[in-house]
Amino acid sequence: MAIDPRKPPSQLLPRLQRALGGRAGWSGFVLQLLFVAALAWISYEIVANARANLQAQRITAGFGFLANNAGFDVSQSLIPYSGSDPYTRVFVVGLLNTLLVSVIGIFFATVIGFLVALGRLSPNWLLSRISGGYVELIRNLPLLFQILFWYLAVLAALPNPRQSVSIFDAIFLSNRGLVIPKPIGQAGFEPFVVALLVAIVASIVLWRYARRQLYQSGRLIKVWPYALGMIIGLPLLSVLIFGAPVTFEVPVLRGFNFAGGSRLIPEFVALTLALSTYTAAFIAEIVRAGILSVHKGQMEAGSSLGLQRGSVLRLIVIPQALRVILPPLTNQYLNLTKNSSLAVAIGYPDLVSVFAGTTLSQTGQAIEIIGITMGVYLLISLVTSAIMSFYGWRISRSMGG
Amino acid sequence: MKRVSLVVTLAAAAALSAQAASAQTLKTVKDRGMLSCGVSQGLPGFSSPDDKGNWTGLDVDICRAIAAAIFNDASKIKFVPLSAKDRFTALQSGEIDVLSRNTTWTLSRDTSLGANFTGVTYYDGQGFLVKKSLKVNSALELNSASVCVQTGTTTEQNLADYFKGNNMKYEVIAFATADETVKAYESGRCDVFTSDVSQLYAERLKVANPAEHVVLPEVISKEPLGPMVRHGDDQWFDVVKWTLYGMVGAEELGMTQKNIDEMVKSDKPEVKRAVGTDGNLGEQLGLTKDWLVRIVKAVGNYGESFERNVGSGSKLGIARGLNNLWSKGGIQYAPPIR
Repeated sequence: MAIDPRKPPSQLLPRLQRALGGRAGWSGFVLQLLFVAALAWISYEIVANARANLQAQRITAGFGFLANNAGFDVSQSLIPYSGSDPYTRVFVVGLLNTLLVSVIGIFFATVIGFLVALGRLSPNWLLSRISGGYVELIRNLPLLFQILFWYLAVLAALPNPRQSVSIFDAIFLSNRGLVIPKPIGQAGFEPFVVALLVAIVASIVLWRYARRQLYQSGRLIKVWPYALGMIIGLPLLSVLIFGAPVTFEVPVLRGFNFAGGSRLIPEFVALTLALSTYTAAFIAEIVRAGILSVHKGQMEAGSSLGLQRGSVLRLIVIPQALRVILPPLTNQYLNLTKNSSLAVAIGYPDLVSVFAGTTLSQTGQAIEIIGITMGVYLLISLVTSAIMSFYGWRISRSMGG
Repeated sequence: MKRVSLVVTLAAAAALSAQAASAQTLKTVKDRGMLSCGVSQGLPGFSSPDDKGNWTGLDVDICRAIAAAIFNDASKIKFVPLSAKDRFTALQSGEIDVLSRNTTWTLSRDTSLGANFTGVTYYDGQGFLVKKSLKVNSALELNSASVCVQTGTTTEQNLADYFKGNNMKYEVIAFATADETVKAYESGRCDVFTSDVSQLYAERLKVANPAEHVVLPEVISKEPLGPMVRHGDDQWFDVVKWTLYGMVGAEELGMTQKNIDEMVKSDKPEVKRAVGTDGNLGEQLGLTKDWLVRIVKAVGNYGESFERNVGSGSKLGIARGLNNLWSKGGIQYAPPIR
């Protein structure tokens, strides 16, 4: 007679018990519940108390002020903005300015950081000493000081607009910033963009094909002459057929400043320079540590296969180093974003300056505005680390680890 | 970031301090033995520390007068330097008892901040400071100029209104402190520095060569500057209000730092009421009968304080103008002390 296998006891309840109560079981669960309840009660009391006190002091509360007119102007805005727009738009203007300086700062910090790290590891004595000197000098001086240095000592020393340095009378550099001709879209603009996109997509397809050929048959196809030809040739063809895609609005000195053209304001330049060079010094050390963490044998093995130093780094060392580099690199990206709030010292209109600064003092609603600002920085940071985590996950998956 | 964290702390304190608003400020100040007075971070003529750390200025004198009226000792004050941005939060949170920091009286500030203005210490207006070398004679010639301004003030909105109203373009660069603003103006980043005219005169003293800069004649706004106290404490409101009116009234009555001892013996009825030899006006305020004598002895009357700090006796050399007594062509006017 067949013996029915005994059913295993249900694991559901004990599992739940362990998950909720930890090692202490159900009593632990009760304690945790009490703790959460206490926390919720305290938060509620804080909010209720704040509301009651604000009301008692007849301080206006709430977010109604956001719909009011701002009534002040901002020196740099990525979206159309005028003084008659509401505070919500000021908020967006400030946020975009913060994001702009952060993204560009992160890009340059990463590039400079990697270059300096490679320079420091280079067998070239002079290069490695210069890179080492850079790191030690930059990372040991306070950031605010560096921002002020770029702004007040370097950029402010440029001549005034009337004596500005000009290149072909089209590009002007002065203490009001860098003014360049502004492209204005014409009839040929759309065909030009389409042609450019087609060329880029075709180049990518070609490159992938060449890579597959290389892996499968070992046949090396030179892709870049074709790609270059397409990327230059196709848009050129479009220009010949459909006419010029843009005309340029050349800046002219009118009154105190340049009229027309696009301008890079010195506040932006100083802040980006300071943030990217400062953060680059830290990134350089992180990258160096990451590369050194890869076993020397890997490098030697690569060399013995006949690969050049650059290829060894690119194909073997850096992919492995990235796993070590990514978490602290994310920290640096977050730091750079948060440090961008030092903009207020040099009058760059970032979120803290225009929203937690001017808007706050015009409306006096400190609690709401500081709350929103903190929430936004938190969100930016969380999104940044989520992106970096995803990137790290992809790397470790592609390496099978 | 330090500035932001200060705002956060103060805002949190404002929200959480249970009785900050309804507290009896006068009693609190007496118990503490010290007046806490919010001032600027250094504006010559209004509130600035000298090399020994002594605060002087017209705004400072208001606080000194309050301390003198309460303690008969004008030195029992803790001065709290505040940026334009942090000032209201410091008052709301109870960190300071009175804000005497060249603050413009506007309707929205009077209603939405949980605070009240007690009077006008200085009738000001917004103007423009430019380099003489630009050869600009009027603010209407400032089209396309770059303008440096301190953030957290009514100045930014006035500026936008003025340029828009006159169909002129401009670029605004806003800095957190007055020093940063002046530095940027001096370095040539801006063509113009705009602020209250009194402040322009004061800041002009800080630049390398004051004679090369000129204040343009246009005054584009009304900026009545005055002290503020928290909502909900009428007695304290009266004390601060009548300290200022007392100083103006003393000038009207001819009471000065020099002649105050003789004035006490005066037999003119209005003077007797003011110095407290007749009636108990001071006690009605919650102070002593000789409150105004104490004030005049400590800082002098309004005119004396004005001349010493911003007028002919100071480096600023600002004319009395609007700030003269109503009987002498100005608009400073105190309700009768009776």
